[in-house]
Amino acid sequence: MSKSATLACREQFRTPAQQRETASVGMWIFLANEVMMFGALFTAYTVYRASHPQAFDIGSADMNIMLGSINTALLLTSSLMLSFAEHSAQAGNRRLIALFLILTMIIGAVFLGLKFTEYYQHFQEHKAPGVWFNDSSPYANSIQMFFVFYFIMTGLHAVHMIIGIGILAGLLFRTIIGTMTAEYHTPILFGGLYWHFVDIVWIFLYAIFYLPGLHL
Amino acid sequence: MAQAVAEAIQKNYLNEKQGLLSWLLTTDHKRIAILYTFSITGFFFLGGFFALMMRLELLSPTNWLVSSETYNKLFTMHGTIMVWFFLIPSIPNTLGNFLIPMMVGAKDLAFPKLNLASWYVFMLGGGVTVYALVRGGVDTGWTFYTPFSTSYSTTYVVAAAVGIFIAGFSTIMTSLNFIATIHRMRAPGLTWFRLPIFIWSMYANSVILVLNTPVLAITLVMVGVERIAKVGIFDPALGGDPVLFQHLFWFYSHPAVYTMVLPGMAVISEIVPAFSRKPMFGYKAVAFSSVAIAALSFLVWGHHMFVAGESVYVAMAFSFFSFCVAVPSAIKVFNWTATMYQGSVSWDTPMLYAIGFIGLFTIGGMTGLMLAVLGLDVHLHDTYFVIAHFHYIMVGGTVMAFLGGVHYWWPKISGKMYPEGLARISAAIVFIGFNLTFFPQYVLGYLGMPRRYAAYPEEFQMLHVLSTAGATILGVGYVLPLCYLIWAWYYGRGATPNPWRATGLEWKTPSPPPAHNFEVTPVVTAPRPYDYEAMKEELQLV
Repeated sequence: MSKSATLACREQFRTPAQQRETASVGMWIFLANEVMMFGALFTAYTVYRASHPQAFDIGSADMNIMLGSINTALLLTSSLMLSFAEHSAQAGNRRLIALFLILTMIIGAVFLGLKFTEYYQHFQEHKAPGVWFNDSSPYANSIQMFFVFYFIMTGLHAVHMIIGIGILAGLLFRTIIGTMTAEYHTPILFGGLYWHFVDIVWIFLYAIFYLPGLHL
Repeated sequence: MAQAVAEAIQKNYLNEKQGLLSWLLTTDHKRIAILYTFSITGFFFLGGFFALMMRLELLSPTNWLVSSETYNKLFTMHGTIMVWFFLIPSIPNTLGNFLIPMMVGAKDLAFPKLNLASWYVFMLGGGVTVYALVRGGVDTGWTFYTPFSTSYSTTYVVAAAVGIFIAGFSTIMTSLNFIATIHRMRAPGLTWFRLPIFIWSMYANSVILVLNTPVLAITLVMVGVERIAKVGIFDPALGGDPVLFQHLFWFYSHPAVYTMVLPGMAVISEIVPAFSRKPMFGYKAVAFSSVAIAALSFLVWGHHMFVAGESVYVAMAFSFFSFCVAVPSAIKVFNWTATMYQGSVSWDTPMLYAIGFIGLFTIGGMTGLMLAVLGLDVHLHDTYFVIAHFHYIMVGGTVMAFLGGVHYWWPKISGKMYPEGLARISAAIVFIGFNLTFFPQYVLGYLGMPRRYAAYPEEFQMLHVLSTAGATILGVGYVLPLCYLIWAWYYGRGATPNPWRATGLEWKTPSPPPAHNFEVTPVVTAPRPYDYEAMKEELQLV
């Protein structure tokens, strides 16, 4: 039995189809778990936005809408690239899989670069919460709370992005050594699912942090 | 030839590979279950030690043994260790890990490496929590209520929170593994309605844990950020809302209460039919009641905040849903009882624990309803009545079920029988000790004794002394099984594959089972589980 065939049906499974379906269930359950994790933060954000509406508007107006929008476009493009990689995997074209995985990773890295540029700007403007925070408006405490949620939520998202790039690097390695074939490429499909999920979370983060202050 | 066959049969998961490394690197679900058993037994006796210290302190109305500060740490560490490092992983990660693949007729769990990883993550989380404990402990109560935990407590809150956060990942890994296994690894012919109730309950339990644990994780992150960075998240002085913390915490912790008792119900649902020699009465109702408990468990968290400034309309809704949970719980209790009715009941140790469970769970559940009544809760909130109520569920329920399950499957796990006479005596000691410990606490609470105090008015002393006396008896009841089960592991009489003449795939393989559970993948053709009537006919034919 070839290496790929062994991976496609590990000893606890009866058939490759059973292994694929089990992996699918596992991945979706994991994503449900992730939804609940971000969901708690979205809930807390919503509660406080309802009780501190002006401060959250002012905080949101301090966002760099340009960088945020570019990042949104970048992440959507990265998901498109990853879809091409998944498509190439179904055809078993290893060169194309590798190419698209590399493109996805590069775009992801650029996203993180821009994100950290934004963080740096917030530090310079004394908007980063804690000892760095400095604001003289009457809403100072509530504006700081907006930034606390901004840093926790986009920070958690960035951690997910870094893990995602790590996963893609692993997939790239496995593609290069030849264990991803037309018959067995489930890791690419479900690694991709994770990336798409992280992408979707960003769409919501963009909406709740960057857009509320646009009218100011 | 015959000798070769005999040797092949004797090879099992325990002796196939030898040495410490073969245990630490195993991906066999049965061995991982045993690793977990060691860990949670250690944590159980650690948590029990704190309980014993508390009970000794409460012998006298004054601070005769420990200071109030130390007492705060004692009840916090007791709760933290018992909830996250014993109760939640207890039955799922030991018996569940061992039995789920066998009951569904699979060679292993869906993701064996993830299963091993979950044990290491659990031990890491436990290690960090024990570090917090030896450095000086935590005094916030296991609930970590803000703003005390974020702004005022000077103890190791962050370290304990990190420990619990890490252990949460282990819970998620195991639950995810169980769900995937139950969905996709069932043997041919094993449809959902042919599954044992154990599987249904563990499934419902895993769904809860996958959905609520991440909420706790992120809430603890917020507590940690607030405490370290001194920013306002829950601190009212900085615009935060401490009740939001309670909402998030109980959104996790109330379903978590059901994840402590659902596995107990899973075990009881196997024991009762086996020792009544009857099929489970109302199988489908019992199966769906587990799912109903899982669904309703997410709608009741607000009943912890009736006196925390919650709107009265919200409180009414939470009160209503809390009453609703009683329905599926009652379905289980009535159906277990109906299963025993006119059955040939035998009084082996597992059945003694099961009957104890049913009685104590009923008392715990009924008093839970009293606490769900809006008016009555104002009187009983944060009193010993609450303490007694949840100990009836968690200790009288889950720990009894855990012990019953360990006895029931001990022949399968170890290949040895335990000493029946001694085991029955211990079961009786546990039952008597438990009731003597916790029944006086109902009375104490009703008379107005608040929880979490080291000193109290003299008129409560008699009841406290009774409770401490009971705790001592209970302690003996827990140490005895530890001793004789270890003895039985080495010197017990050899067990047959099916000593209880029970149904279920786990009994159709040798005791202890071979490394991959079954010589050939079983195919299930029986139309329903718990077919004890068909078995009776078979036995009569023999």
